[in-house]
Amino acid sequence: MNPQILTDLKLFYPEIILTFALLIVVVADIAFPRISRGLSFLLTALGLIGALIANIRLLSADSGTLFFGVLSLDPMSLFFNCFLILTSLFILIVAAGSRELSRRNMGEFYALLLGVTLAMMLLVASADMLMLYLALEMVSIGSYILVGYLKTDRQSNEASLKYLLFGAVATGSMLYGMTIIYGLTGTTKLAAIQDALYQGAASGNNSVMLLIATVLILAGFGFKMAAVPFHFWCPDVYSGAPTPVTAFLSIAPKAAAFAVLIRFFFTAFSDASPGMGHYSNISSVHWTALLILISVASMTLGNIAALRQENMKRLLAYSSIAHAGYILMGAVVLTEQGLQSVLVYLVTYLFMNLGAFLVVIAIYNHTGSFDIQDYRGLLKRSPFLTVSMSFFMLSLMGIPPFAGFLGKLYVFGAAVNNNLAWFAVIGALNSVVAVYYYARVIKTMIIETSGDTTPLPVSFTNCFLVWLMVLPTIGLMLFWSSVEKWTLSSVTLLLGG
Amino acid sequence: MIGLSHYLIISAALFSLGILCVLTRRNAVNVLMGIELILNAANLNLIAFSKYSAGNIDGQVFAIFIIVVAASEAAVALAIVLSMYRIIRSVNLDRADTLKG
Repeated sequence: MNPQILTDLKLFYPEIILTFALLIVVVADIAFPRISRGLSFLLTALGLIGALIANIRLLSADSGTLFFGVLSLDPMSLFFNCFLILTSLFILIVAAGSRELSRRNMGEFYALLLGVTLAMMLLVASADMLMLYLALEMVSIGSYILVGYLKTDRQSNEASLKYLLFGAVATGSMLYGMTIIYGLTGTTKLAAIQDALYQGAASGNNSVMLLIATVLILAGFGFKMAAVPFHFWCPDVYSGAPTPVTAFLSIAPKAAAFAVLIRFFFTAFSDASPGMGHYSNISSVHWTALLILISVASMTLGNIAALRQENMKRLLAYSSIAHAGYILMGAVVLTEQGLQSVLVYLVTYLFMNLGAFLVVIAIYNHTGSFDIQDYRGLLKRSPFLTVSMSFFMLSLMGIPPFAGFLGKLYVFGAAVNNNLAWFAVIGALNSVVAVYYYARVIKTMIIETSGDTTPLPVSFTNCFLVWLMVLPTIGLMLFWSSVEKWTLSSVTLLLGG
Repeated sequence: MIGLSHYLIISAALFSLGILCVLTRRNAVNVLMGIELILNAANLNLIAFSKYSAGNIDGQVFAIFIIVVAASEAAVALAIVLSMYRIIRSVNLDRADTLKG
């Protein structure tokens, strides 16, 4: 065996641990059907925690590529690995206490969750178009099944079918775009594509082909991060899927899509000026202009469509489309400051968005409704949920003491610093529109009243998790300097093979 | 003499037909067939580029992986269509309309 592979395997522990956990969960689910629910939960939790620890131990490792340049190990991929494993861990606990999923066998659910997590980790680290496509498909196929996990529920099935059809077309188009790039450059490795583009592989007549390929590839990435115009599936899938899965989809695959978009465009299509923290576009395609277009469209359409939503899950779906637009803003400015703003925004988004979904789940567990009208008079029924939901909504708006403000500050700051002030103004105007529908939720909960004043009990795990989300949402500003330091050290991308 | 451009024209035609099929068909199984056309257009592209322009076998390896992915995607897709059929007794996509707004 090639000795290089053996050394690479030592740097691959997090993924190996997750793979073994996945297999063990599948076997344990079949072998011990009576205690399968608790056992598979425990095994999944152990697997995720093990992978997280293995990943943190890798933080000090040198950057490099694994397995002959297929995967890259750099601070950026390690940051996203930590982020994704942590999200899956939260979702695991949420799913275990969810009423929607309580009648289903959970062994398969946990196995799928592990599989999707593993695929996302491979996705954010992929340095080769083949790996990128395989990982993206693995994320997609796992998510289709998770969305349709309530087999006998019509809405869950419909959501799954819609997700599948949109997803297959989007990833198929992305694949076609990748084949064109392979034809133009003669390689599937991102670093080698950069070399080929540098030497003018796609100049002259071929630049039209490169433009077509870029648009097709953006369809695949845009589908995963639910950005306009590839967002049509998003509201339907979010409202039809089991809520823990919705919360998962709105955070983890979205973050992974941003990571892979950054890696693809920053390593294959641009060049870094050494030491300057600045990147420049080397291809004949103005992909930053394309991304700006997508970003503006996502923010505007997401926020405007959210204004008239009556279902909490659909409202959060449109809000997540709008947030995809804000996050994309950080990626188009082509500087390390911009990349850092993407990471900061994603960290704040994890806490506030997951928190909002947790409150939605806690309320559904008792009332069985996602309708905003059923949130009337919640202040009397459960002051704890009302106050924490208000915090999450204020944070999603971007109001100062809360974490969401930090994310918006970084993203808008990065845009202004790079002569894109008009772009930041569009973002700020959009945040003003967004205040309306977030504030409406708060108003419904606090000011409006309903006849029902029976107290709404919250289970211990949900209570604990909501606290776990509320504290960072309020307190992240106090630890601003460590967030700054951590994200700044994570923006280093591995360039070149 | 058949060259690279012939393969590329066929693959572009396949891709367009696949997209057309996905957009116009109302039967879920027919839409899945359109998706297969898109994937096979990509396969044809990869193999033609691998033989005529790239000069390496990366493209052919890629194509084999795509065949595997297409099979697993079809398996999941048909399972979902089947479970949909059990509930609404139809594979017509226009009947899948309870999620709106």
